Amino acid sequence: MGQLLRTSFARELETLQTDTLMLGSMVIQALKESVEALRQRDMETARRLIKEDAVINRKRFEIEADCLRLIATQQPMAGNLRLIAAVLEISTELERIGDYAKGIGRIILLIGPEALLKPLVDIPRMCDIATNMLQQALDAFLNQDLEAARTIPLQDDEVDALYNQVHRDLIAMILEDPSLIDRTNYLLWAAHNLERAADRVTNICERIIFTVTGEFIEFDMN
Amino acid sequence: MTVAIEHPSQGATGSVKASPNGAGRYVIEAESMHVYYGDFCAVGDVDMKIPTNKITAIIGPSGCGKSTVLRCFNRMNDLISSARIEGKVLFQGQNIYDEDVDPVEVRRRIGMVFQKPNPFPKTIYENVAWGTRINGFRGDMDEMVERALRSAALWEEVKDKLQQSALGLSGGQQQRLCIARAIAVEPEIILMDEPASALDPIATLRIEDLMKELSEKYTIIVVTHNMQQAARISDFTAFFSVDDRRTGNLIEFDETEKIFTNPGQKRTEDYITGRFG
Repeated sequence: MGQLLRTSFARELETLQTDTLMLGSMVIQALKESVEALRQRDMETARRLIKEDAVINRKRFEIEADCLRLIATQQPMAGNLRLIAAVLEISTELERIGDYAKGIGRIILLIGPEALLKPLVDIPRMCDIATNMLQQALDAFLNQDLEAARTIPLQDDEVDALYNQVHRDLIAMILEDPSLIDRTNYLLWAAHNLERAADRVTNICERIIFTVTGEFIEFDMN
Repeated sequence: MTVAIEHPSQGATGSVKASPNGAGRYVIEAESMHVYYGDFCAVGDVDMKIPTNKITAIIGPSGCGKSTVLRCFNRMNDLISSARIEGKVLFQGQNIYDEDVDPVEVRRRIGMVFQKPNPFPKTIYENVAWGTRINGFRGDMDEMVERALRSAALWEEVKDKLQQSALGLSGGQQQRLCIARAIAVEPEIILMDEPASALDPIATLRIEDLMKELSEKYTIIVVTHNMQQAARISDFTAFFSVDDRRTGNLIEFDETEKIFTNPGQKRTEDYITGRFG
């Protein structure tokens, strides 16, 4: 790509990308902390995560405002326009993943400090894969890496498989002892949040592909 | 003479399409059109089909031959002694450069509006009536003048001062008067060469709005430096660029939406996003 003649606009586009990456990092951090806090039943961290979701939301609104300002003042075209359109979508997806971290924080408060029904194995694994996918997607966004954007979503299958595993285990527990229904449900919600987080990473990859190629594609994980 | 002409669009990215997607019928078809000023090839090997009753915008950097191409479409280049055209420009199937074609008749059917409003130093009425009168118009002249002024969205502003000098009008009004003058002779095509570049933003928007309305009845081809204007008003956009011999070439011709959101050629992308290299 040649050098952009409009240097101030080029700088603003770079800032937009950097801010998106920053939002992504905040979300990854929040999601990791939420699952660790779940493992530890760390009420204090849970309360902090719920509170700090507002910071993520604020960042997302800042990015949205910057996108609208650039559209209004710079009349972006072609690749620049697609980048801004993609940032609008990606920042929304990131903000929603942030909501999942906050949701897990709330689940932790509902569960309370008592011991979990069983040691967490699959849920932290889901979190590892989902946050790894997100980190890879952010790298692909920065580098406009079409190949990576096409392959990252394949990992979603693994997250789905783990979710199904968690689902089966918890249902088996309920069948064995229906009095556990609330506590199993909480864990199921947490697992569901992580499963959705990975889905949203897939959406982000779709937007990266759109930025690079201009094509709207949808990954069908089935 | 023979001049080696590069075909920039026929490199790794494939050949440039003469006709844009989704165009329907065509009113002008340029075939292997070259324009020379003396020995200098100003525009090389243009194949281009202009869709009927649509607005086609021609964009590109200075010196890429946009205006030269536009002037080829109604033989205005005939007025430049060193200019020479090779290839064909078919208007409704007939090559307008054939020997038996009368250039005056070509220019009646393919009108032109210029960058700077150029009304005659006569009354508003005479500006509109003049072209039809020399073309032997025998109908109701008052009615014709009113119809043309209404079509150019100028009637309400001038109906009470038709006998005043056209030079007393504002720039935007003068340009709409020139459009009225062009459509009075009932052309099929209106060529516009930067029609709003000398106007303020409000007058510009009025001209753009008018172009949209006129495109229901006429084919409009507009050269513009203003990419946002091309994006706002045109149905199709042709991007021209220059090669290292300073010869203008058609790089890409497609639906306007495609050109401005996802152009097929890197050079188009570089130009519309303001890049070089």
